[in-house]
Amino acid sequence: MTGPEAEYRAHLEAGRFMIQRSRSTGTYVFYPRVAVPGTGERDLEWVPAGGGGTVYAITVNRTREGAYNVALIDLDEGPRMMSRVEGVETAPIGTRVRARIVQEDGAPLVVFHLESGA
Amino acid sequence: MSLRGASSIAGIGSAGIGNAPGRNAMELMAESALAAIADAGLQLYDIDGIFAATSTHAFPTLSVAEYLGLRPRMQDGSNIGGSSFEAHLLSATMALAAGQCDAALICYGSNQRSAGGRLVSMSEKQVHEAPYRPRHPITAYALAAGRHMYQYGTNREQLAEVAVAARAWANLNPDAFAHGPLSIADVLGSRMISDPLTVADCCLVTDGGGACVLVRPDRARDLPHPPVYVLGAATAGWHRAVMCMPDLTITAATESGARAYAMAGLTHRDVKLAMLYDAFTINTILFLEDLGFCGKGEGGAFVQGGAIAPGGRLAVNTNGGGLSCVHPGMYGMFLILEAVTQLRGQAGARQVPDLNVALVHGNGGTLSSQCTALLGTRAAL
Repeated sequence: MTGPEAEYRAHLEAGRFMIQRSRSTGTYVFYPRVAVPGTGERDLEWVPAGGGGTVYAITVNRTREGAYNVALIDLDEGPRMMSRVEGVETAPIGTRVRARIVQEDGAPLVVFHLESGA
Repeated sequence: MSLRGASSIAGIGSAGIGNAPGRNAMELMAESALAAIADAGLQLYDIDGIFAATSTHAFPTLSVAEYLGLRPRMQDGSNIGGSSFEAHLLSATMALAAGQCDAALICYGSNQRSAGGRLVSMSEKQVHEAPYRPRHPITAYALAAGRHMYQYGTNREQLAEVAVAARAWANLNPDAFAHGPLSIADVLGSRMISDPLTVADCCLVTDGGGACVLVRPDRARDLPHPPVYVLGAATAGWHRAVMCMPDLTITAATESGARAYAMAGLTHRDVKLAMLYDAFTINTILFLEDLGFCGKGEGGAFVQGGAIAPGGRLAVNTNGGGLSCVHPGMYGMFLILEAVTQLRGQAGARQVPDLNVALVHGNGGTLSSQCTALLGTRAAL
């Protein structure tokens, strides 16, 4: 049986950004787990992430090779994930962003872009 | 059963603080351990409990036991990052109280500066963070600093105050690695590493080893130094990866602090020295808030005007901290060493007057592990 981590990656490979939700409580879970953290429900199903999110925190790492942002994004469903906001050096906290899947280093990756610039 | 005062620190030692070229991590750890054992007035063979963590040893207590030729009855190599040693204070106290050992050695060593000048870590990659190339730990702390600024209006000048205060203390400590003037303008004008943190908002990368020895108080009476009692100690952890930290402006120190205060029967008002793990300037502000010295969001204002510098309203990080004294990767051991030095009245030009209670607060990972201990003199017992 495939574990939730591998299932998540298989969905991404197929072009789908999926997160988990508990059938009984409706709680959304990210990153993928075998049970809802804290309460332990095992009835997790895969649902498509709506793709909308809000910048919760952001920084710009400044390296010799250049500058790039690293952000924490609150998905509209509730869970938070690390990602980046593409197309801008940085974006204010609270900025609305939208997910897309890109290929990077041979693997699919969820990144975000400004909702207003979509 | 209360553990309040069930153990006391009888000896402390350090080695290679700053730059120790040509010496490896185990050598620095062993030198520190031997210094602490001698300081306690004990012999090497008296040690029957070993508590250790490093960034380079998978089984640190076994490595220490082998190197020193000890056969411990009790060992705890729990690694919760830089806060491990504050957690070891608790487990050593429990072990002593339960009779599982009679003399507990807590030790650490690192040569990360000489070995390459970079933070060394055995930490596994966080698979849902790593593709975005965070430069942890700094990226995590920069995210927290930015969020704190957004929510509470904290500004870069207030962050800089923390570094300036640490340097002012370091200038009173001949053992500190970084000396010399440092102004708020210097900090603001330093190279930006991860917005809003500059290189001057970040801790040092040094070498260094540190150790302490704990015994039960009845034995401490026969030893050379006045005992420094463990009055309270507690740990807390809510996440591993910063993306899973529930609120970037509230750390688990709110819990570890409350539990440690409760065990000690003390509040922040009793604390005249706060040793707060300052890997980055935002840490000091977060921990001042979470440990009750000011309200949430007020940490920036609290530190302004030299309030935590020498002569300020609260003595904080009097050795110069991780920012200006020593930071070999896991700084928590050195918080304990400074608190004991101060409580013994041996801190020279930086001595906090009439000191009976010191708080040491360790932080590990990316604001992940929080461990608080309250240490005191006989007068505080």
